[in-house]
Amino acid sequence: MNWLTNTLWSSVGKKLMMAVTGIGFSVFLVAHLAGNLTLYAGKDAFNAYAEHVHSLGPFLTIAELGLLFFAVVHIATGATLFYQNFKARPVRYSVNSRAGGRTIGSATMPYTGLVLLLFVIFHLANFHFADKTNTTIFQIVASAFLKPEYVFIYVVAMIIAAIHVSHGFWSAFQTIGANHPKYMPYIKGASILLSLVVGIGFGCLPIYVALMT
Amino acid sequence: MIKTINLTLKIWRQETSGAKGQLETYHASNISTDMSFLEMIDTINEQLTLDGKDPIAFDHDCREGICGMCGAVVNGRPHGPEKGTTLCQLHMRHFSDGDTVVVEPWRSRAFPVIKDLAVDRSAMDQIIQAGGYISVNTGGAPEANTIPIPQDTAEMAMDAAACIGCGACVASCPNASAMLFTGAKISHLALLPQGKPEAARRALAMVSKMDGLGFGNCTNERECEAECPKEISITNIARLNREFIKAGFFSSIM
Repeated sequence: MNWLTNTLWSSVGKKLMMAVTGIGFSVFLVAHLAGNLTLYAGKDAFNAYAEHVHSLGPFLTIAELGLLFFAVVHIATGATLFYQNFKARPVRYSVNSRAGGRTIGSATMPYTGLVLLLFVIFHLANFHFADKTNTTIFQIVASAFLKPEYVFIYVVAMIIAAIHVSHGFWSAFQTIGANHPKYMPYIKGASILLSLVVGIGFGCLPIYVALMT
Repeated sequence: MIKTINLTLKIWRQETSGAKGQLETYHASNISTDMSFLEMIDTINEQLTLDGKDPIAFDHDCREGICGMCGAVVNGRPHGPEKGTTLCQLHMRHFSDGDTVVVEPWRSRAFPVIKDLAVDRSAMDQIIQAGGYISVNTGGAPEANTIPIPQDTAEMAMDAAACIGCGACVASCPNASAMLFTGAKISHLALLPQGKPEAARRALAMVSKMDGLGFGNCTNERECEAECPKEISITNIARLNREFIKAGFFSSIM
């Protein structure tokens, strides 16, 4: 198995792990958003969706453990890359200037990533690990977004997620080697589209719930 | 008519590799706008020499933009603000009278400063030594058309081979990564039939050597391709990734 660790712990291998787990999260985000859109159909549709997801039983547990594993890999590898990249330039430039390659997304990846980690912990504590014995998930969501500070935190977090995705998505394709003159413009377009879908799609939900209740 | 400008320069001075360096201020007067950036430093050095002071050390050789020897970071931009030029081909007409120009050496853990603006780029030579070659028996040159190579493939290989190994990609990368250099070297050989037999071994050896030398990791910031004096594309980094993934997971090399 020496070849496997040698491949995965190389610089390209670490980026590959970031790319594969990152694409996994992108798929998860789209699925999560599709489910959350039932909120627009009212509380019954949303509760029915939640019930349907929970009726999956062991499959749901496997999916959750899979996401947790992806998260551990993404965070541990990302932290390692950040540390190594920081160490690679011991003396910094006194003048910093961009040539046009860097974007707000690419320049802030480790920081937006850290904020998203804190947000995910906050989000899971709010909804996933909330006591659901005498209440429905819709009631938990509705009461959370009655608090303006919750709406603010969620909207800001989704803008940050959109920025993270705007670089992460196309970058993942470049990392796995999928840079093709015919497809790269579409991958970059899809990256911007996914970023907008995440930002607007998730970002509008807390505002909608807050206004509705 | 010769147009001249006056500049204030802040240039990195560092006695030796381990010494502490600092930016020092110099005034360059009556600089012809037809001069190259290196000729401008030459005039400062002439004055420093006349004054009995230590001239500014900087790397240079051909001064035609093809050898890859020169390079410094000018106002935060490797090889200066012009696209697709080396420092020796950057002309003073791109500066205005009264400008303040900050000149720093390439910054990377893998490129220690030798003196002032001169850095040790032998780390790049070590990456080449690890696999940037093909093994063939020497002898009479074979007939050129024995191995047919499509023109567009030859062009792509040549675009990658245009890398002069100056190190601007490392200097411009926010992570001080050498992936554009290594990607260009791996690409130009992997694209051609002569490079195929050793492609897997080459990809593994060159990436492993690159990682061991203290370069950072690529995060697709794309600053390298924007600063590269030969305008080498990051599609070469994608090809490096493909070659490495293929070699790591699917070749029989352990």
